[in-house]
Amino acid sequence: MAKVLMKGNEAIGKAAIEAGCKFFFGYPITPQSELPEYLSDELPKVGGTFVQAESELAAINMVYGAAAAGARVLTSSSSPGLALKQEGIGYITNADLPAVVVNMMRGGPGLGTIQPGQADYHMCVKGGSNGDYHNIVLAPASVQEAVDMVMDAFDLADFYRTPVMILSDGLIGQMMEPVEFNYSPKKDLPSKDAWALKGKGNGEKHMIVNLNMDAEDCENHNIALQKKYDVIEKDEQAWEEYCMDDAEYAFVSYGTASRIVKSSVDTLRAAGHKVGLIRPKTLYPFPVNAFQRPNIKKYLDVEMSMGQMADDVKLACNDKNKVVFYGRTGGIILTPEEVVEFGKSVMGGDK
Amino acid sequence: MVQDDKRITIITGHYGSGKTEFAVNYAMKLKQISPKVTLGDLDIVNVYFRSRERKKELEEKGIHVISSSIEGDSVDIPAVAAIVSPVRDKSTRYIVDLGGNDVGTMVLGRLKPLLNAAETDFFMVVNVNRPDTSSPEGIVEEMKSLEDASGLRVTGLINNTNLIRETTAENIAMGDKILKEASQLSGVPIKYTTYVEEVVKDAEKLPDDLGGELFPLKFYMRKDWM
Repeated sequence: MAKVLMKGNEAIGKAAIEAGCKFFFGYPITPQSELPEYLSDELPKVGGTFVQAESELAAINMVYGAAAAGARVLTSSSSPGLALKQEGIGYITNADLPAVVVNMMRGGPGLGTIQPGQADYHMCVKGGSNGDYHNIVLAPASVQEAVDMVMDAFDLADFYRTPVMILSDGLIGQMMEPVEFNYSPKKDLPSKDAWALKGKGNGEKHMIVNLNMDAEDCENHNIALQKKYDVIEKDEQAWEEYCMDDAEYAFVSYGTASRIVKSSVDTLRAAGHKVGLIRPKTLYPFPVNAFQRPNIKKYLDVEMSMGQMADDVKLACNDKNKVVFYGRTGGIILTPEEVVEFGKSVMGGDK
Repeated sequence: MVQDDKRITIITGHYGSGKTEFAVNYAMKLKQISPKVTLGDLDIVNVYFRSRERKKELEEKGIHVISSSIEGDSVDIPAVAAIVSPVRDKSTRYIVDLGGNDVGTMVLGRLKPLLNAAETDFFMVVNVNRPDTSSPEGIVEEMKSLEDASGLRVTGLINNTNLIRETTAENIAMGDKILKEASQLSGVPIKYTTYVEEVVKDAEKLPDDLGGELFPLKFYMRKDWM
């Protein structure tokens, strides 16, 4: 299939359709509104259903319903809209249901700005709803990777029966890049017939429940969830390494920030610094396996936030003294120059 | 060349066709030969990648930039500023950068009663790698929708076929073929064919018979790491 030029938000919509998603429920918010706009045109053409709900709360609960019925279902929003969706995400997680949620982050807290940001790491990776839970969180750094990850997200959601989040930002949502769409399921996906609410007919009664009448039942359910997370943490870590073979220092950065850092790595390499980049592609599970490197002198964590992933880097490398942080926030995009300066301040001046 | 175009150049096109990058480049080129150039950013559709983001660089070059009367990158409302005076001021070359699609042309309602066809070009920027304008029929359909919404006739096509950093001479030639068919169907000539000099490494392979004049571009809107 020849490449086409698409805006990130549109491309994610097309990727969802290619992956067999038939339902979208959402509510507009900048900078992700092109995604529902695109799907409002395109989903009906493939026999799907698009609903602009009356609010984010309504939308996420429509997702809950469609997921319970066994559908591939998507919702999307941006930071403050995602905050509104947290309750429903918790319910869907608790009910062991698959769904895909896109967050095109913008500056925060509160209503914030409409410019790109990465300050929803805590909300999305640590879980912004109540209870002991995790969602798989994927962090694309290009429009093509966003497309590929959306397709993977539907498979992961169905395989593990859990919500999967695409944690991206307004820049990836708004920028145009060449993309191609090649979906083929990477996992052997189980049938949903055993649990989905499709009408009893002559079959067994299925129930999707959220309230536990008994604390022991609830604890047992939590233990079962944790077993699922143990498998996810073992099997699903993903990251990219750039210039890491002989590196003595390693930047750690994801999404849009990692693109800027990558160009700074090139500049610093040209100036003689042995520095590379570890780019987490999964934020949950965090790719702890990438950080078993006793030779690294310092990890330079760079985010478009005040430093949220930095805590996970400290845990992953098991030495909080090795982790230094630099970031911009509120919708400011880092420049390669300031990242180079930060690198030099940690590693020493020109070699 | 740009000096032969009409005094007022309105730049329209499908959403994501590359209007803003072309408009900024056009303004920079025009400023080399015209003493007074105004760029009106009348994009009421997008919130990122608007020409007002390059206001500082443009004004350093002596190009007057009109955008929203409400300053601030986070303004997400369709407010535009005093856009009429450059239409009346016959001494200025006026470039109008519209938002995408028919919706983007709505803002022309304010200007239209004042526009005189003899001094106004209405250029449609086309990238055939965008899904909705990938065929001659798609381009003509989009042209009709832009004309219906604006009440203006498209006077020239701009072949802006590209895949950003993956653009090749072959890709541009493919766009040329499709635009020539769209030009035949619509009777609208191709005015320019663009290419980004730093990206198209095999520019010597560009066919000699490309539609319109070759228009080299620089990336003003896209940073090195994008």
